Amino acid sequence: MLPFRELRRRPSRFVVATVVLSFLATLLLFLGGLLDGLYLGSTGAIRSQDADVIVFSSGSRDSFLRSRIAGDLRQQVESADGVDEVGGIGFVLLGAQVPGESELADVAVAGYEIPPKGVPAPPADGEGVADSSLRDRGVSTGDTILVGPAETPVTIIGFVDDTSYLQQASVWVNLPTWRVVQNANRPDAAVADDIVQALVVRGTGDLANSIDAATDGGTNTLTIDEAVLALPGVQQQGDTFDQIIYSTLVVVLAVVGLFFSLLTIERIGLYGVLKAIGASTARLFAGVVLQAVIVATISFVIGSLLALLAAAMLPDGVPLTLIPSRFVFTFVGLLVAAVLGSAISLRRVTRVDPASAIGTAS
Amino acid sequence: MTVLDMRDVRKVYRSGDADIVALDHATLHVDHGEIVALLGPSGSGKTTLLSIAGGLLTPTEGTVEVGGHDISDYSAKQLTEFRRENVGFVFQSVNLVPFLNAEENLLVVDELGGGRGGRTAKGRARQLLDELGLGHRLRNLPAQLSGGERQRVAIGRALFNNPKLVLFDEPTSALDTKLGAQVMELIRSEMKARDTAAVIVTHDSRMTEYADRTVRIVDGRLAADGATPDTAAAAKA
Repeated sequence: MLPFRELRRRPSRFVVATVVLSFLATLLLFLGGLLDGLYLGSTGAIRSQDADVIVFSSGSRDSFLRSRIAGDLRQQVESADGVDEVGGIGFVLLGAQVPGESELADVAVAGYEIPPKGVPAPPADGEGVADSSLRDRGVSTGDTILVGPAETPVTIIGFVDDTSYLQQASVWVNLPTWRVVQNANRPDAAVADDIVQALVVRGTGDLANSIDAATDGGTNTLTIDEAVLALPGVQQQGDTFDQIIYSTLVVVLAVVGLFFSLLTIERIGLYGVLKAIGASTARLFAGVVLQAVIVATISFVIGSLLALLAAAMLPDGVPLTLIPSRFVFTFVGLLVAAVLGSAISLRRVTRVDPASAIGTAS
Repeated sequence: MTVLDMRDVRKVYRSGDADIVALDHATLHVDHGEIVALLGPSGSGKTTLLSIAGGLLTPTEGTVEVGGHDISDYSAKQLTEFRRENVGFVFQSVNLVPFLNAEENLLVVDELGGGRGGRTAKGRARQLLDELGLGHRLRNLPAQLSGGERQRVAIGRALFNNPKLVLFDEPTSALDTKLGAQVMELIRSEMKARDTAAVIVTHDSRMTEYADRTVRIVDGRLAADGATPDTAAAAKA
């Protein structure tokens, strides 16, 4: 009753902390949203792979751009223990002319055999299934986009969600079409008919070791998660943003700690009286923590609304994506920081002597 | 029947290398419904005595029994529970919770005891405030009450749990003479009406007329009404 009544009757005492924490909550959501936007926009094409591992050629440093796997190496992979199904994959990053649009759209033409999650079986030659982000650029089903400087035509026959590759909209085509696009627009990196950049493999057991052993070191095999982190910049982006986010949470902790420490100092006389009439330290401290949690919760709600407002006002190019799990993470982070921050007051509350209530004039 | 029984109580504080004796072999008995004024100058030890009687401090030597509980060796946790259930306090500067109204300031006692301010507790709070002449001020915050009204709310809070003993720490020091006399009259009538024992610490000898008995304290030593600690000690010798 006491902590709630104080919040209700003296809201002005908590306004400063709530405002500061609301902005910090907005900042946390904004940073997290940028991280998620960058991560999702970079990794969709790999995360959506419906396979267990991805096989790169050795020496490629796990880069699709540098990796090349020819037919004989593929046969070795197919013969490895535990391998059930193997499909080739290749990417080429290009600009594409979109009907009715003056600016080029960035696309990643992706050749595949085993369909990623949500993607249908490989379409006919010259056709592609595009990531839905291309729809936002004005492309509709049935449109033909002209890819790269060679203006290779690809007709879009459908859309799939969350399959972007390095912030570019994927266009899923069959392997022969991918080779046509690659060879016409990147003649310096032309590929023969039996060449793919990497292999996606379904199977059982210790696939990575089994495959790399079968190719006698000719391949480097990664799980899907490892392949996601091997994409250029993904790991570095994540680490950088995580450091900023955790630093911000430390600031939240410091704000809560400082605020409730000051509040506790103000209340020492009152706590002395309450202890004298029978309040336990645990009860008084629980009141401080409860108020910190309530202030953090209110700040989270305000911060969320501000973040959603900011997201709605941002131009399309900013890769801000607010996903439910980011809200959950931010809320939990704020609560943990609030509890830890308010815990700084525990020592002060514990040290309040109930005898101080007697013989005190004010 | 004795409500407060302090026997040969000493309280010694350590200050650097020196021992400071705040209470020196103090013995005090207070019976049911008896009002005792504890009169003494600043630094005489009356605050220490009141704190030990109320379980806010533990004695260095001697025994303290309140309402049949020997609290001399109680732990801090046991003392907290003891105070909550057995003693009422009225402090010098009133010290109501500033963001709670008059009724809620009484219900705090119920909350601290694990209650939720239910119908019974509210009924008790309203009845007490009504008896104290504050039936029309239930919803007022302390800042909206006069000094005398605040003191009456504090008395209500002290009486909420039907304690056997209520300890008053300079209850009139913040009030003018007229209001102080009214509050003392109220304390006397409320204590007598409930047959509740009270110890009233004061340095104002005019307030002792409201007590059944006055005990003087000087330099940590007690003497009965009319005697100084020195003459009492001489008589004892």
